[in-house]
Amino acid sequence: MALEKATKITSALMGAGKEYVCLMRLHGPVPEDVLLKTIQEFVGPVYQRPPLRSSVKRALRIRRIYYIRVLEIESKDVLMQVGCERGTYMRKLCHDIGEVLGVGAHMQELRRTRVGPFREDESLVTLQDLLDAYVLWRDEGYEKCIRKFILPVEKAVEHLPKIVIRDSAVDAICHGAALAAPGVLRVESGIKKGNLVAIFTQKGELVALAKALVRSEQIVVMDKGLVAKPTRVMMNPGTYPPFWREKKKT
Amino acid sequence: MDEFLVVKVKDLFNVKREVYIKAEEETDPRYGKPPEERTVPELISKGIVNIDKPAGPTSHEVVAWIKKMLGLKRAGHAGTLELL
Repeated sequence: MALEKATKITSALMGAGKEYVCLMRLHGPVPEDVLLKTIQEFVGPVYQRPPLRSSVKRALRIRRIYYIRVLEIESKDVLMQVGCERGTYMRKLCHDIGEVLGVGAHMQELRRTRVGPFREDESLVTLQDLLDAYVLWRDEGYEKCIRKFILPVEKAVEHLPKIVIRDSAVDAICHGAALAAPGVLRVESGIKKGNLVAIFTQKGELVALAKALVRSEQIVVMDKGLVAKPTRVMMNPGTYPPFWREKKKT
Repeated sequence: MDEFLVVKVKDLFNVKREVYIKAEEETDPRYGKPPEERTVPELISKGIVNIDKPAGPTSHEVVAWIKKMLGLKRAGHAGTLELL
């Protein structure tokens, strides 16, 4: 969940990969070796048509299943952990596995265990623990718990390719200007034109999310021209000094 | 490209990324600060909570509770479990 200004980056998480633990119930007996083999055949690209009641267009689409780990089998119940692309329907996946097995199957229970960089780890917090930690900080000034549970917004964009920029380029981005090649210090591989990227300072602060205008390889060798256009600015203007004003005059 | 390359592996659904170093520069300590050094109010002002949502209440309801609980102006969640 995103607080205050961090709500600006929720779109970055929606596009992120997900992991689920899902309980599939088979409608008939299947030998274990056949079951395991069939499940693994669903790893990779799968075709899915969104369900009847759906908020998206019901066109056949391709979604990538990164991995399926079968955790437990107890007669007709199969507990599995599935890593997949955004917008993959687990209910559909269970149904389709059932079809291929020939006995039919449905999804009995579902829990999401990962969204992009967020896993079920020590940062996962219940409502009650969050409230306790907050009250402890507000009333007693005790920070340790609340710091464990409220993560910096930077954590939420860990899955995006990163561009690190010069101090002198920061304020212009905060004002919404496009990032120019000379401002870039480091860039991660794999950026394609149109990809969502995260622009960072050298101190590790998120400046903005942006749309890449060129590929990673081009960004490295370019000495002028624009490389990315901000879509969501996170940092307040004035955090870094405005070198760009002086530059404009000359 | 090789002269720019620094290998760094990110474990995010088998996505591996490398870092190209284009230039190096010192950062001025007078401006900005690393996220770890934020005060609690600063942390809240652009924070993320990895909430273990109980089955039952909707994500929307849970967001409303937390908003009230922490006295926030804005809050939002990213994605419903079974989007319909």
